[in-house]
Amino acid sequence: MERHILVVFPHPDDESFGVSGTLALYAEQGVPITYACLTLGEMGRNMGIPPFANRETLPSIRKKELEDACRVIGIGDLRLLGFRDKTVEFEDEELLADRIHAIIAETNPSLIITFYPGYSVHPDHDACGAAVIRAVERIPSEKRPVVHCVAFAKNCEKEIGKPDIVRNVSAVIDKKIAAIKAHRSQTEGLMKAAAKYGGDAIARFKTERFWIYTW
Amino acid sequence: MQPIRIEEVQKALNRFANQDVYLHLETTNGAYASHHNEGFFAAGAYIRNGRIRFSRAKIAGNGPYRVGLKLDLGWVYAEGLTDWEVTDKGQLLLAGHDYEGKLAVALQLSDEPF
Repeated sequence: MERHILVVFPHPDDESFGVSGTLALYAEQGVPITYACLTLGEMGRNMGIPPFANRETLPSIRKKELEDACRVIGIGDLRLLGFRDKTVEFEDEELLADRIHAIIAETNPSLIITFYPGYSVHPDHDACGAAVIRAVERIPSEKRPVVHCVAFAKNCEKEIGKPDIVRNVSAVIDKKIAAIKAHRSQTEGLMKAAAKYGGDAIARFKTERFWIYTW
Repeated sequence: MQPIRIEEVQKALNRFANQDVYLHLETTNGAYASHHNEGFFAAGAYIRNGRIRFSRAKIAGNGPYRVGLKLDLGWVYAEGLTDWEVTDKGQLLLAGHDYEGKLAVALQLSDEPF
């Protein structure tokens, strides 16, 4: 049983696609979850046909969607860190690590979930993972929480091997689908396509893969 | 946002001429373009709250539209614009949405920082 889980991702919806099944399973066991979300996905591109959002209204729409998704998953503590989408890699690395380290110190998690730096495709994902690792490295090695990383770059298995954890989340798939759908501005078209083509798209959501970060 | 009506957008652009204004300009293929299609060369750029002053603004084309702003020492340009809106704060938002409703380009002007 985990004591407390800290999740750190840069965009609203990263949590739902990648790890919401895992989080829902832990939440059902009563494990408290803190989610530090670095940005509001301000630079998202899905605006709809006809457009339901514009560049200036998108952040507030995505904030509301994120709050809804957290409720569905069972995330009780959502922290919005106020960085801007697509700029995380350009921030001061020490500043990012400071912010994350402060939340680690406050919540004392036994498990941290983030992206695997270098293997997570979006520059914000890689920068987020790197900042988390940097923050955890400040903690003496014997006191560090365990870090589980999500990776999905095409070369990731070739370079970092098979995932250490392959978790079947079928038991909470309804919650996971609901969490993804909560991010309606980003996922409505995708979920319609998934329903139309069925099979693989939904099946893929039933498995969540993690690499355990080792120093 | 609404589909661009060229005369109305021209009037809205003119209102920002000859004064300091704040510019949001972006173009993007999305962060996953090269992940989903390895042969695709992803490129993009954006500026937020660049302070500019232009003497002349023009919208051109038959849709999607192009907009050029003539600065004292240069130009601002965007192409692929399809939709527009003037916000409650009087900001002019222009955007180009692709065939899937994804934003591909945005050009926005405001009296105050965005």
